[in-house]
Formats: sequence, C-alpha cells, structure tokens
Amino acid sequence: MSPADTPSPEGAAEGAPEKAPESAAEPVTAPEPETAPEPEAAPEPEAAPEPEAAPEPEPEPVDPKLQVLIDSLRERLGDGFVASDVVGGDLWVRVDVSQWRRAAEVAKGELGMDYFCFLSGIDWLPNPLLAGRDVWDPNPNEASEAAVDEPVGTIHTGIAGGDTRFQVFARLYSTRTHVGITLKADLDDESPTAPSLTSVYRGADWHEREAWEMYGFDFEGHPGLRHMYLPGEFEGHPLRKDFPMLAREVKPWPGLVDKEQIPGEAAEPDASETVSSEEAAAT
Amino acid sequence: MSLTSNPAPVDWQKASYVAAQAADARVNVELETEGMILNIGPQHPATHGTLRVVVRLDGEEVVWAEPICGYMHRGYEKLTEVRTYPQVTTLINRIDWLGSFANEVPFILGAEQLMGIEAPPRAQWIRTIFFEMARIANLTLFLGDMGVQLGALTPVFYAFRDREYVLNLIESATGGRFHPNYDRIGGLKDDLPRGWIDECQGAMRKVRSFCDELEDLLMGNEIFQARTRGIGVIPAAIGLDYGMSGANIRASGIDWDLRRDSESPLAWKEVDWKVWTHPDGDSFARYWVRLQEVREATSIVDQLLEGLPAGPIMSKVPKIIKVPAGEVWCHTENPLGEMGYYIVSQGGLGPFRCKIRSASFNNVSILSWLLKGVYVPDVITILASLYFILGDIDR
Repeated sequence: MSPADTPSPEGAAEGAPEKAPESAAEPVTAPEPETAPEPEAAPEPEAAPEPEAAPEPEPEPVDPKLQVLIDSLRERLGDGFVASDVVGGDLWVRVDVSQWRRAAEVAKGELGMDYFCFLSGIDWLPNPLLAGRDVWDPNPNEASEAAVDEPVGTIHTGIAGGDTRFQVFARLYSTRTHVGITLKADLDDESPTAPSLTSVYRGADWHEREAWEMYGFDFEGHPGLRHMYLPGEFEGHPLRKDFPMLAREVKPWPGLVDKEQIPGEAAEPDASETVSSEEAAAT
Repeated sequence: MSLTSNPAPVDWQKASYVAAQAADARVNVELETEGMILNIGPQHPATHGTLRVVVRLDGEEVVWAEPICGYMHRGYEKLTEVRTYPQVTTLINRIDWLGSFANEVPFILGAEQLMGIEAPPRAQWIRTIFFEMARIANLTLFLGDMGVQLGALTPVFYAFRDREYVLNLIESATGGRFHPNYDRIGGLKDDLPRGWIDECQGAMRKVRSFCDELEDLLMGNEIFQARTRGIGVIPAAIGLDYGMSGANIRASGIDWDLRRDSESPLAWKEVDWKVWTHPDGDSFARYWVRLQEVREATSIVDQLLEGLPAGPIMSKVPKIIKVPAGEVWCHTENPLGEMGYYIVSQGGLGPFRCKIRSASFNNVSILSWLLKGVYVPDVITILASLYFILGDIDR
C-alpha cells in the first residue's frame, strides 16, 4: 500500500466544510513534502466552468475518424451540439439534454455505434468528505493558500465542460470501426431529467435504472424505473456527493480520509499525533 | 387430409414435433392453466451466486422473466471516492473474483494514462501473462461448471484440478491465490520468482490437455449437444444493443476483441494469436468459443514467456501518487467481456468519480428478452452459458 497519510478533517468534513482547510492545514504535515509530486496546475485559483486543462497540450491533431463523428453530430444536432473535446485520442461530445436521445439515434443509425457500453451520471459537487484543498495536496501550505481564493464548493467540471452540478454521460462504441464516443449532457440541479435511451439501445434500461437509483435522475420514456440494487424502501441517492457514508461517520476506516499512520512510516511524531490519538481513542 | 397422402417426402420428426406443439397449446387453452411464478435463486446452484431470476411459467414455458440483482451490491463506486488510487485495486480485485488480476489492469492503465507514465516493457509483458492466466483461471471453471448445470458432474472436478495449477502459480508470484493485488501504478509489485517460467509452461500444457479432455468428454457428448444447440440464440444486433461483450458476443459472430482492437500498452500485439468466433449464437457456441479462448490464452502465455524482455518492473513513480485532473475511459477484454473504468480525477489522491463498467451487468440484462419462450431446463442452460460472476453484476 502506498502512503495514505493524508491530512484530512474527517469528523468535521461532512458538517462544516468551510472550517476544514484552516483546522487541518497547519498541524498536519505530510511526511516528506519534497518527494511529493507536483502535477501541473492541480489547484486552479480561478475556477472557470470551461474545460479543465488536460495533461496533454490542447491543440493536438484530431484523428480524422473522430473529426467525421464531430462534424456529422454537429450537423445533425445543430444548436443541441454544445461542445466537443478530443483528449488522448478519445472523443467527448456534450449535447443539450433535449437532444440527448437524438444524439444517440444519430450515433447508432448514422455513425455505426452499434454497441452500447454504459450510461451513468456524475455529481460535480466537491466531495464533502474531502472538503478543503489541503486534502488534495500533500503540501498543505501552498494548497491552503490556493484555497483561499476559491469559495468552498466550487464546481470543476471535466472534459467538454459543463454548467450544472449533474451530468449524465454514456459511452457508445462501434464494433466495426473500433471508435468510441462519450456523450455528456447537463441536467437540471433541482429535477435532473433526461430522455430515456431505451428506445434506441435496449441495454440502457438497466443503466438508467441504476442512474435513477444512485443519482435520482429521471428518464422520460423509461418503461419502469425501479430499484436495481437497493431495497425498495431505501431513501436517498447514494452516489450523490452529499450522501453521507454512514459507516465512516460511525467508525473511521482505512482510506483517503484516514489519519492513521502507516505502520512502517510512523516516523515523525508531529502535531498530527493529537488528531490521530483522538481517533484511536474513538476506536 | 392426412399427412401420408402428401406425395412429397415427409419429415416425420418435424411433423410429430409440430403435432406435439399443437397438442400442448390445445391443452393449455382447454385447461386454462394459470401462470405460475417460479423463483430461480437467489440461493440456487444454477445462478452460482445470489442472482434471482423470477420467471412466470405457462406449463413448462417461460412467458416472462426478470433478473433481480443487488444481493451482493457492495457500493464500490462510492467507496472508490474515499480511497487513494493504490488502495482502489484492493476493492476492484473483488469484482470478478475468478479473474481478479484482470480487474486491476484497466484501472491501473487508466490512472497511468492520466499521469502520463508508462510501465517498463517487462512489467507490461508480465501483466499480460497474468491477465491471460486470470482468463484461464476464470474460464476453466466455466468449462467445468457448464457440465454441472447440464447434469454432468465429472468435468467440474477436472476443472478444479487443473485450475489449481494456475492458481498456485499466481499465488507463488503474487502472494494472493484469488486476489493478487499485484499491479501497481507504474509497474508491478514484484518480479517473477526463480523457476516460475518453467513451471508455468508445464501448467499451460496441463491446461491444454484439460481442454482436449473436455472437448472429448463434454463437447462431443450427444446429450450436451442436444441440451445446448439452438438454445438461447442471441442475434448479434440484439446482443450489441444490450451491450453484450466478450465471448458472448463473439459466439454470435461479432469479430471483436479489445485485446486486438484497442490501443493497449499490454503485449498482446507482440504475439501471434487468433480471435475465435462462432456464427450460431447459441449456448453451444458460447461454450465452444470459451474453450478456444482458453487454448488461445495458454498459447499467448507460452509465447510471452519465451520472449519475456529483461529489465526493471517498475518505472519511476512519485512516492505519493497524485493523479492530475482529467478524465479517462480505459477498457480491456476481460474474461467475462469488456471491462472498463471511467476515471474522473480532480488532481487528488483518489478518484473523484470512478464508473465501473463491468461485463456481466450488461450480459445479464438480456435475460428478460432471452428467456421468453424457453422451457425451464433451458433457463438453466442459458444462465450457465451466459456465464456471469455475481460480483461483476452487482459491484
């Protein structure tokens, strides 16, 4: 296992994310900040809702096979085509949610995407369990400085951008040309609703049930949205970021928000001891 | 108007079959048999796991079926959000527990892709070897288990016997018999132990002779053929519509294998092998394709062992693994079909969101369509031949 001795405000994380950076940043120091990697531009102070800076330089030559897909989708969908992005040789297209089913129809009928890979959702709300930039960076001082500029809860969306908290995305693939496409669509924050793809791809049935259960997305035209995994009386949508992990509230267990020292590396008895001894007492 | 007055030659077998069908239908109408609900599972040997299939029967015939999952849902997608990248492999080992190593690879490759690092060639080759051994460990059990579902008990003992050689090898190199947790971002945990390569070649010979044995013992068996030929036919277009992948769709004639058809840093392109397809799309075809795949996997392992390059098994990786912000979709051809991870990173120590696309979930979703109109014993054949692992459905 790798060093997971990340400083993090576990107890306070869920309730008061604003307090987290200050409380945890100072006392807890990562063991060896020098050896820590510095991936370029991890915390961006000005959070623009534009596409995030990808690791690769952006103006890479687009594969002609993908360019054809982009062009025909743009032509077919018109205004419904919001954005597209090619990163690492893979294609993302963001469409307006009203054109969600149409996009799939075009992909299947005209672009040869015969294989339905998956459909799911993303909740871009920052993870409350990891609230505060210090958790994201082993060097807490720099990170907390960066976090000052940015209000807690700022949403960073991914490739092809996004304007809302929820996005639905689906992966389609052609078994003949071996080209795949990831479709994305922004959903309304209050009542996330998308047209169902079940009339286009039968396999979407279960995936939409799963997204309905896990994210609370509604799919218009779905033959029967009912629970996939969870018992019928279950309340809440577990994969939403604001859904608490109760097991973690009750008992801290190993993971990203763990404060326990890794046995081999319990070197410096620094201020973090105070936190972890409380933790030990709790367990 | 009797059948004998017809001058054309009569296919008596077909005629009697049609007559029997007509008689059956008449009985059903006359007796007004009510539909009967039958629960297959969640604790039923045919579902090898806790899948529950609710079927409504008219006599022996299934008129409606619905699989019910969730008895083994462990919430891995939520758990990955509170784990660091190296910790995630522990979880995802348990998705398809018969071919565990194969679950680790696409996740690690995806994370490596986001970080812009690549494992050294030797690590990629060893990864491929273990990937194929996971395939063998997984599919050999299917090859034996299919017999059990159809009433032939012997093959499964053969399968467990010969699979053990492969599991022992996996254990001797990785320390874990079922859950190796051997793949690391940037390489592998350990190099191969001394003498491993020779032993592995021996084990591959044993697996090949196991395949020959099964071909004689089971596939040539008349009862086996009668129970599987023409049962559970999946047309290719419908299978793809449901997102079926792997041997299930290759048995319907789709020549598609991600080992060959996707850009992968693993070493499949370095060796000579073949993608097997079968045009029939029935249970027999699915069995046949998997048997060939096991053979092919042993040949891939043999070739990789011969050409295994020397060198380091770990590239330079920071001590604390942080993955730069980005999104990646990484998929591989796992024993059960296409498995992939859609990893969303926001520059943290763990994934911001990790969608796990597992093969069995889609493969099983076809059941309500496929089971309509079949007889109860064939339900068992179809469940067995689709070959799912519960952890791979429920995650």
